[in-house]
Amino acid sequence: MKVIPFMKWRWIAVAMSAAALLAAIGSLSVRQLNWGLDFTGGTLVEVAYSDSADLSAIRAVLDQEGYEGAVVVSFGTDKDVLVRLPDGYSDEQGALMVDKLRAATDLDIELRRIEFVGPQVGEELRDDGGIAMLTALGLVMLYVAFRFQIKFALGAVIALAHDVIFTLGFFSLTGLEFDLTVLAALLAVVGYSLNDTIVVSDRIRENLRKIRRASPSEIIDVSLTETLGRTLVTSLTTLLVLAALALFGGEMIFGFAVALLVGVAVGTYSSMYVAATTLLQLGVNKEDVMVPEREGADQDGLIP
Amino acid sequence: MMNRYPLWKNLLILIVALSGFYYAAPNLYAPDPALQIAGASSSQQIDDRLLSRAQGALDEAGIGFFGEVLQNQGKSALIRLNDREQQLRAQSILSRELGDGFIVALNLAPTTPDWLMEGGATPMKLGLDLSGGVHFKLEVDVAAAAERKLNQYETGIQKRLREERIRGRISLEGSKVAMQFRTEADRESARREVADLYPELFLDRVDEGDTWSLYAEVTEQTIKEVVDYAVTQNLTTMRNRVNELGVSEPLVQRQGANRIVVELPGIQDTAEAKRILGKVANLEFRLVAEANAPISDRQRFEYRSADRGGMTEWLERDVIITGESVSNAQAGFDQNGQPNVSISLDGEGGMLMSRATRANIKRRMGVLFIERKYRTRYEQDESGEEIAVRIPYDEKKLLTAPVIQSALGAQFQITGLDNPAESSELALMLRAGALAAPITFVEERTVGPSLGAENIQLGMRSVQVGLALVVVFMMLYYRVFGVAAVIALSGNLVLLVGIMSLLGATLTLPGIAGIVLTVGMAVDANVLIFARIREEIRGGSPPQTAIAQGFDRAIVTILDANITTLIVAIILYAIGTGPIKGFAVTLSVGIITSMFCSIMGTRALINLIYGGRRVKTLAIGGVARKVAGTEEAAG
Repeated sequence: MKVIPFMKWRWIAVAMSAAALLAAIGSLSVRQLNWGLDFTGGTLVEVAYSDSADLSAIRAVLDQEGYEGAVVVSFGTDKDVLVRLPDGYSDEQGALMVDKLRAATDLDIELRRIEFVGPQVGEELRDDGGIAMLTALGLVMLYVAFRFQIKFALGAVIALAHDVIFTLGFFSLTGLEFDLTVLAALLAVVGYSLNDTIVVSDRIRENLRKIRRASPSEIIDVSLTETLGRTLVTSLTTLLVLAALALFGGEMIFGFAVALLVGVAVGTYSSMYVAATTLLQLGVNKEDVMVPEREGADQDGLIP
Repeated sequence: MMNRYPLWKNLLILIVALSGFYYAAPNLYAPDPALQIAGASSSQQIDDRLLSRAQGALDEAGIGFFGEVLQNQGKSALIRLNDREQQLRAQSILSRELGDGFIVALNLAPTTPDWLMEGGATPMKLGLDLSGGVHFKLEVDVAAAAERKLNQYETGIQKRLREERIRGRISLEGSKVAMQFRTEADRESARREVADLYPELFLDRVDEGDTWSLYAEVTEQTIKEVVDYAVTQNLTTMRNRVNELGVSEPLVQRQGANRIVVELPGIQDTAEAKRILGKVANLEFRLVAEANAPISDRQRFEYRSADRGGMTEWLERDVIITGESVSNAQAGFDQNGQPNVSISLDGEGGMLMSRATRANIKRRMGVLFIERKYRTRYEQDESGEEIAVRIPYDEKKLLTAPVIQSALGAQFQITGLDNPAESSELALMLRAGALAAPITFVEERTVGPSLGAENIQLGMRSVQVGLALVVVFMMLYYRVFGVAAVIALSGNLVLLVGIMSLLGATLTLPGIAGIVLTVGMAVDANVLIFARIREEIRGGSPPQTAIAQGFDRAIVTILDANITTLIVAIILYAIGTGPIKGFAVTLSVGIITSMFCSIMGTRALINLIYGGRRVKTLAIGGVARKVAGTEEAAG
């Protein structure tokens, strides 16, 4: 098989990644995220009208009833309407609002869902999410450092951080809502991307031990070439099911599916370029992955 | 290299696969819409007569039903309905027919056949996002609990110092009770009294010029206890009240230090649910009326407990104190080892109690438990439609009526109880009036039944489409090996559902997403193995060796990759709430089953196909044609 000189182009990849990350961080600091109800607190009501709903009429009703800051959008179809109230309304307001909407129209209204999240819960979820992400990265780094070596662990964690920031940036730029399911998806992205990175690292370690007379850069090229088929096939099957989820899973799961689609795609790239490039720049070499000599055998004599 | 599995391995795989099917099977049987009838109080029995009354009412309304049975030794009854659309109407018809003494709950009755029930196989429970229903999260206000406790301390200390004739200024300063005295001796005796009264307070002496100050601080530990106490108390009351709502499988659970989660499947009317969950019980302490008291001064009350069902007692109309004066009630034992309940009253309550009991030693005192209940009346509204109107009323029942042995103060005991169970129940009831801390709704999610059904449908469709895409791809790309992988993948799906059902896990929308994701990722192990086999073939290994080497060498990689993913899934479970936990569970179980299926399952299949015979080529796609001896150098 022909070895693809991946590492020769690594600076192009670094430049691309750097640009993407800068854009992501820039967008995150300027536009921030479109936090979902889970994190901001507030009230959300989804109702289904028996025929297409007149959004401006609904807005007028809500205005008149004094629901300040209510956002009315159609959801999925033109019969489904989503109303979001900012934080500060009491927990009963959602149900009351449905009654008022019912009174204001001749159409039948079916209640689809009401969600109320108090401010304290939202804040807490945001903190917990951040902590979970950091814990995940930390534990993963420990495990990889233990099973492989610290340079591999750094490579893996940098690749993971790269994927998470990229996906966050994507949500920030597109303005897609960032809710609790997206957070879960992000953690799943960490899991997935890690899976990829481990497979690649495993091969690099194996080849470092096996192939004599080759530079680390050549060995990484060989390893990436050998695993390329597997990496692409697995990503493809995962992307296929995720596409099915995004297309058929419905509105409530859409953000989740999109986060994973983006995360898996960028994770595939990062396990090849980000993790491997980091390894190379950290100066990975054969000594790093030497199978340790059996300690008992030659130390026996030293112990008095 | 013969690539044959020993018999025990094949048997093991067969057994695992069969049990997977067995435990997954109940999910194939769609549940029947049903109504569950139970008595409003736990002692109420349901008999055949009541059941036939219900049947008559349903017949009259033209609602089809079947399979009506009594359950739980006559504590409840179940009626299955032909049509889900009629479930709500049937519920209102039955509630009306049977009256307020019975609760009619919506239910989905499983239709698991006997041969599955015998092995303990049950279908997965559906989460609220799939079944429809209400999810509440309530929170005990810690700050308010602390403040209330502080006020209690202030009044308590004030009263004790007055009694002991120690002069000083007492005020609240932040989270402390501050006391100022003229002399050091005063402060010392005050310190002794306070330490005696409230040993849990942290006392600090400060000298400022000519005033001698003493600060009593509520420790973190005490606040924690107060909150803990409030949560436990609310948890118990919530459990009792949820039963009134007519929900077949409610969940009331503590979450973290100061939260309570209540899940009510099938409930739509959140306002009603909140009214019942949020209502307050109260207590009244009154003297038992003397036999010759005029009828205008006394009232008759029934006992609350079922053991004394029907027994009544005449009480005076005058109320000594109400439950608001009770600051604590704890079950315990006296010096003779007999169960008792210790009651603490606040300052004013103690004063009233001592005034009332001093002159009435050897008489009896009754404790009334007051609960807000609702009576349903049916009225016609303007358009002539019949509507149910709920009218609130207070139900007062007697908890206990012990003899007053001596003049009572702020602290006293009720003794002469039969057993510890009775004392702890009584303590709980006595505390019900003294809400230790205010509680608020911090989260609420209502999912309508149509949205739930739609979510199931959408979820199922994405699983099907996703699976179909992967199946087609794998078969095209890996040929025979792809078929083996696809069979293993289907087995994996069955096993995953089987284990989740066995664990009693709840299926949520993110859980379905987890299943979809598992389908996509589960083939990874096979992809890794097949890629290794292809490499071996390229390297010139004969087919049987290639298979064996491919599996062996890929396993380490698969383990490393999956363990790390498992770590992430466990973290997700640890921090996640509700639906997210569901996703984490599916993901973790999926990782484990997919390792088993794609390593052992696929290997067994490949062994069956290729093992134990001479093979010239492997139908693994891509490299198959190059096998016959033509070696290609790698690297």
